[in-house]
Amino acid sequence: MARYIMVLQSLQVVGASIPRPDAVGKVTGRTKYGADHSVPGMLWAAVVRSDRPHAEILRIETDAALVMDGVETVVTAADIPGNNVVPVVLRDQPCLAEKVVRYVGEPIALVAAATQEIAREAACRVRVSYRDLPPVFDPRDAMKPGSPVVFGEDNIIKHWKIRRGNPTQAFKTADVVIEDTYRTPYQEHAYIEPQAMLAIPTAGGGIEVTGAMQCPFYVQWALVEVLGLPYGKVRVMQAVTGGAFGGKEDVPSLVACQAALLALTTGRPVKLVYSRQEDIRSMSKRHPAWIRYKSAAGETGKLLAVEVEYVLNAGAYATLSPVVLWRGTVHAVGPYRCDNVQVDAYAVATNTVPCGAFRGFGSPQILFAAESQMDRLAKALGLSPAEIRARNLLRKGDTTPYGQVLKESVGSEEALDLALTQSDFASKYRSLPKECKNDRIKRGIGMACTFYGVGLGAGGAHLARTGAFVQMMVDGSVQFAVGTTEIGQGMETVLGQIVAEELGVIADGVSMLPTDTSRVPDSGPTVASRSTTMSGRALRNACKTIRDIVIEEAAESLGGNGSDVSLGGGWAQAKGRKVEISRLAANAIKQRKHLASQGFHMAPPTSWEEDNGQGDAYVVYSWATHIAEVEVDTATGEIRVLKIVAAHDVGKAVNPQTVEGQIEGGAVQGMGYAIMEHIPMENGVLQAEDLSTYIIPTSKDVPDITSIIVEHPFSEGPYGAKGFGEHPLMGIAPAVANAVAHAISVHITEIPLLPERVLSALGK
Amino acid sequence: MTLSITVNGKRRNLETPPDRRLIDIIRDDLHLTGTKEGCGSGECGACTVLLNGKPVNSCLIWACQVQQADIVTIEGITPAQGLHPVQDAFVQEGAVQCGFCTPGMVLSSVALLSANLNPSQEEIKQALSGNLCRCTGYSKIFRAVERAAESLRSGK
Repeated sequence: MARYIMVLQSLQVVGASIPRPDAVGKVTGRTKYGADHSVPGMLWAAVVRSDRPHAEILRIETDAALVMDGVETVVTAADIPGNNVVPVVLRDQPCLAEKVVRYVGEPIALVAAATQEIAREAACRVRVSYRDLPPVFDPRDAMKPGSPVVFGEDNIIKHWKIRRGNPTQAFKTADVVIEDTYRTPYQEHAYIEPQAMLAIPTAGGGIEVTGAMQCPFYVQWALVEVLGLPYGKVRVMQAVTGGAFGGKEDVPSLVACQAALLALTTGRPVKLVYSRQEDIRSMSKRHPAWIRYKSAAGETGKLLAVEVEYVLNAGAYATLSPVVLWRGTVHAVGPYRCDNVQVDAYAVATNTVPCGAFRGFGSPQILFAAESQMDRLAKALGLSPAEIRARNLLRKGDTTPYGQVLKESVGSEEALDLALTQSDFASKYRSLPKECKNDRIKRGIGMACTFYGVGLGAGGAHLARTGAFVQMMVDGSVQFAVGTTEIGQGMETVLGQIVAEELGVIADGVSMLPTDTSRVPDSGPTVASRSTTMSGRALRNACKTIRDIVIEEAAESLGGNGSDVSLGGGWAQAKGRKVEISRLAANAIKQRKHLASQGFHMAPPTSWEEDNGQGDAYVVYSWATHIAEVEVDTATGEIRVLKIVAAHDVGKAVNPQTVEGQIEGGAVQGMGYAIMEHIPMENGVLQAEDLSTYIIPTSKDVPDITSIIVEHPFSEGPYGAKGFGEHPLMGIAPAVANAVAHAISVHITEIPLLPERVLSALGK
Repeated sequence: MTLSITVNGKRRNLETPPDRRLIDIIRDDLHLTGTKEGCGSGECGACTVLLNGKPVNSCLIWACQVQQADIVTIEGITPAQGLHPVQDAFVQEGAVQCGFCTPGMVLSSVALLSANLNPSQEEIKQALSGNLCRCTGYSKIFRAVERAAESLRSGK
């Protein structure tokens, strides 16, 4: 520990809340997002979509569209030069439906025209004739024998399990057993920027695509498949992206293939921008879940057994569901010790829009159930919610319910303690119910402890590598490139700080190049809170070569050995003398030294045994406690979240202001998930399709938020940092639900906690 | 129709269909892409511009409604050098993440502060209630508006 503190004290840029370098372009409107890119001669695209949940395509008539003035072409699956598949985890999803449509909104044909208006009008004039097939919408119906088949033979895309100890025996001898069924809804990402893509054919027969995305290498892979081009002819550049949250992980591959297919067909640049309605109707969402959760505790509050059945509605194609489900499986028990565990998790196909990644990736659903259960066990035993959690919390050296020994960076207890203290939980838990303003308004406080496996873990180990490129210029300024993306989370800022720290320059002198598949090797996706740790490490590796040259130059210029030289603030120092790094850079370049370097990093090994669900699932975990204070109007059922206190162990906050930004933003997104965000589905049709029917939190809904940063360093992370960007959302729904239960003495088992559900829970 | 408008202080005469949306005139005809389209139906506020000093959703306004009007977009409040105090406060307070809502947020804040240099928290929340942000959780945006108010009061 002593050594660690010493290292931190010497840091100059890492750990400082420097303003984001990308903010100036964003506040002035100069930053160009996907839809802001235009080129001469460009056509506009529109997509023809299925209005049937499950049907055979009999005929596609394009004549009425093709005769319109300004329409250039209409393409269908028959025109795809490569494979009609957009690959993600499996290869079941077509780029354009060929014989069968499997959800309302599925792409069938594409139109290119002179303007967006004409393209959209022409898309409406493409006639598709169908023969309806029996649909299935509920995943539990889809699991039954005799159900219409959407995927494989039985609609089960994936079944993951955990087997540990003997839960059946433990339930028999436990002091208290709680069992219930929980339901969680779709959550729409509602990034403010709709999907947008510009595809430009190149002179050499290839394609260049620029647009909104998290994962340029996924997009490249899909383009290679669909267009039948070699990787070397497909270049993908991320445009500055206006929010993503998982909603621009896999689905931009569809958007890019749509634009690119038209661009190759017409030989002209093609731009495709989704309307908000089209975006909500057809793009991925958080999976709705059905969860049966049974747990047992001894009289002291020790968690004795957990048995879970977890069913996700995957929608019509597998997309990311197998890995979303895996993360949910790993996180099923929450951050606790438990020796007897049985988890059976299923991702099931239905005739609904495919679900995918959303901040938390399969864990918010199961944690809502797990953390509701913890409160209910506590209540049954007469313990406080804080006591039962403290008694079972995973700490350093403990073994997880899937058999992983936690070797380092476990800030669970500190996060819990700080959140409890700063929220004044103990006294509010006693006093709030008595402090109600009147009989109508009830108050309560609730909590949730969570953990988050950082990075892809064993579920995506083959993708767990990153590349980086760094170059120091003749004036000492620095450019770097990585394969992960800035999507609003602050990666550019944080990685720039890491580079500045490594090379001893000021942060202002460091610039990030746009993420582009031609600059660095495939670095995997920008997901799983992995950019800081993975790209940060690749950058450190790249910087080392340059740093060595700068130090060599400094030693020569100042006298002494390289080991005497220290770098910082744009200066090299040795033996009481100093020289500007810009001069050293100029000298090195004059001597034809190579001041540019590639870096690479591979994540440490992870493991998972499929048969029993045991293994070292993730390299490291972030730890958090979320506390919510609410007010419930028992006459109207309305909930107001008044306060949120969130304590997060992030290893090392490279930029504390950015960390706070993630905590605050995640808390409000989580609050939306908990109490208001709602898309009912009727016969395969989403019953919300814009931002006035799908309600997300506004400025007037925001609670007072206290962010607490805990730093238990991760030895493999850059400067001790570990990822956490998804985590701030994850514990909010159960914390709010537990607070509501505290206020009204009834546990509601389905989110969002809409007024009608609250009233029904109150028997009104 | 021939539309005569002032955009960011500059007089413009444009031939345009009367039902062309103001946002399309701004983005496509005048190439001022700082104004963003998030929903096209007046729900998100990303396309906010100042119309005769008042914040409006430019996706809901037709050409025929703005004859002789004075329009200010995000480009119009940005000084040639440096930043407007509201923009600077957004940068300093970390009120920007993905940035797609930011031009609209900044303009709604400018409109608020031009009418009220001492806004309460409630007044700030009210003034920004037509601008959705999905990244920040709004808290840092509120602080940015307070900081900008302070700096405008002190005449910095």
